[in-house]
Amino acid sequence: MTSKINTNSRFLYFFLVVFSLLIGFSAPVYCSEPHEDSIDQTHDEVGHGHESSGPVDITAVAFEHILDSHSWHFWGEGHDAVSAPLPVILKGNNGITVFMSSEFHHDTKGTVVVEKNGERFVNFEEKIYYANETPNEYGQYVTLTAVDKEVSVANEAPLDFSITKNVTQMFISVALLVWLFTSIANAYKTHGVTSAPKGKQSFFEPLIVFVRDDIAKGNIGHGSEKYVPYLLTVFFMILVNNVFGLIPIGANLTGNIAFTLVLSVATLIITNINGNKNYWSHIFLPHAPKAIWPILIPIEIVGILTKPFALMIRLFANITAGHIIVISLVGLIFVFKTIYIAPVSVAFALFIDVLECLVAFLQAYIFTQQSEQA
Amino acid sequence: MNLFILASLIEPAVGLIFWTTITFILLLVLLGKFAWKPILTAIKTREKGIEDALASAERALNDMRELKSNNEKSLAEARAARDILMKEARETKDAIIAEAKTKAQADVERIMSSAREQIANEKNAAVAELKNQVAALSIEIAEKILRSELSSDEKQKALVNNLMKDVNLN
Repeated sequence: MTSKINTNSRFLYFFLVVFSLLIGFSAPVYCSEPHEDSIDQTHDEVGHGHESSGPVDITAVAFEHILDSHSWHFWGEGHDAVSAPLPVILKGNNGITVFMSSEFHHDTKGTVVVEKNGERFVNFEEKIYYANETPNEYGQYVTLTAVDKEVSVANEAPLDFSITKNVTQMFISVALLVWLFTSIANAYKTHGVTSAPKGKQSFFEPLIVFVRDDIAKGNIGHGSEKYVPYLLTVFFMILVNNVFGLIPIGANLTGNIAFTLVLSVATLIITNINGNKNYWSHIFLPHAPKAIWPILIPIEIVGILTKPFALMIRLFANITAGHIIVISLVGLIFVFKTIYIAPVSVAFALFIDVLECLVAFLQAYIFTQQSEQA
Repeated sequence: MNLFILASLIEPAVGLIFWTTITFILLLVLLGKFAWKPILTAIKTREKGIEDALASAERALNDMRELKSNNEKSLAEARAARDILMKEARETKDAIIAEAKTKAQADVERIMSSAREQIANEKNAAVAELKNQVAALSIEIAEKILRSELSSDEKQKALVNNLMKDVNLN
């Protein structure tokens, strides 16, 4: 695998340079984001804070960037926050309810109740619950219990099919991918196949050929053509969303376990439906002395599930970890409350960002490659 | 660390699973139909085209090499043929000359012999005529002599005697 990365390292290197420039410019945006002393009070004690000063809760800032939310937050805090409202779609006891997330007025503490369709909803930490009849002493319509300082919500929750920030980004990325690759396909139709590829075409063709030859043919061998469209779709879906996740206001879709779950389940289904004799004989008739078959066969059967599970965790953890590191480094400025740490933070954050660009490609590659070895 | 937040990190949200599934399947279908199929076909066609072009170039090169060697071969053959022709021509020339010579010789000989023969014939004819004329003259002379000689009997007698003497001698 290393040798394969090396052969394509020039390509990755090019990306590294391009995106490091891009992110170098956008790094200040990152720095200014947790600017307005954004203390997320809920994380102190039982999730109801009134103190407006104190240490900056970097964890909260980090998680705001990593987790999904019902509105697309751009900048600013509290009521000054600039964010795009997104549709909230709930399947409750009275059927489906749809309203815009702006009806919560940026509230994520469970203090604003939205009454729709005969039901009352609150947003507590970007999760929608049925609201209580009366607020608690902090004005929250949720029942919070704390055991060993850990908060849990007692309220019932409707099924949430909202078009969240991640879903929105996914739609954008799908639109981008469809536009991009259909226009590339048209370029082949209009310019024919005898002329050299131009523009987008020349940029993506090596990637497509890389997926087809190195990932598909390299790991599946004969009959790999059948899987190339799936692998290409997975590769570019992950790549585009990895890159989107690097943009400070972008959503962390590939670092979301629900997204990686769906992709790995797709891989699980495809590999097991198409598993050939060799695949199954490897599981049920392993190349080992018969004496250890009772141990090996259960391990191999579990392996059917652990391989996609590892795919799911690997992508999720890599992308999330990278984002947490960047935000933590930038957060140092606010923890130490000095501007002099900023060069260090920015330098390290830049380094990690560049590293993440590599990871963006690498994880897209690894997910796709492992999909085939699974 | 707040476990509530951590839980939402590793707890897959139903909504996102739902939308991801739908979107991903849609994307697979759309890209599969409108992007990957034409793109992969085009790339394959081009690769095949390049392969074919390289193969045909190789073929053309081989053909040219073959042609060149053929040319050289036919040139050598032509040279050899020319040499043979030249040699044959020389031989023919020599033969013709030799034949002409022998023929001329034969003609000369033939002409000479016929000339010789003619000369011999002419000579014989001339000799014969001379003989005839001599005979005629002799007869004439003999007549005249006889006339004069036979004018007297004595003379006739003398002549007969004389002739008789000659005959006896013969």
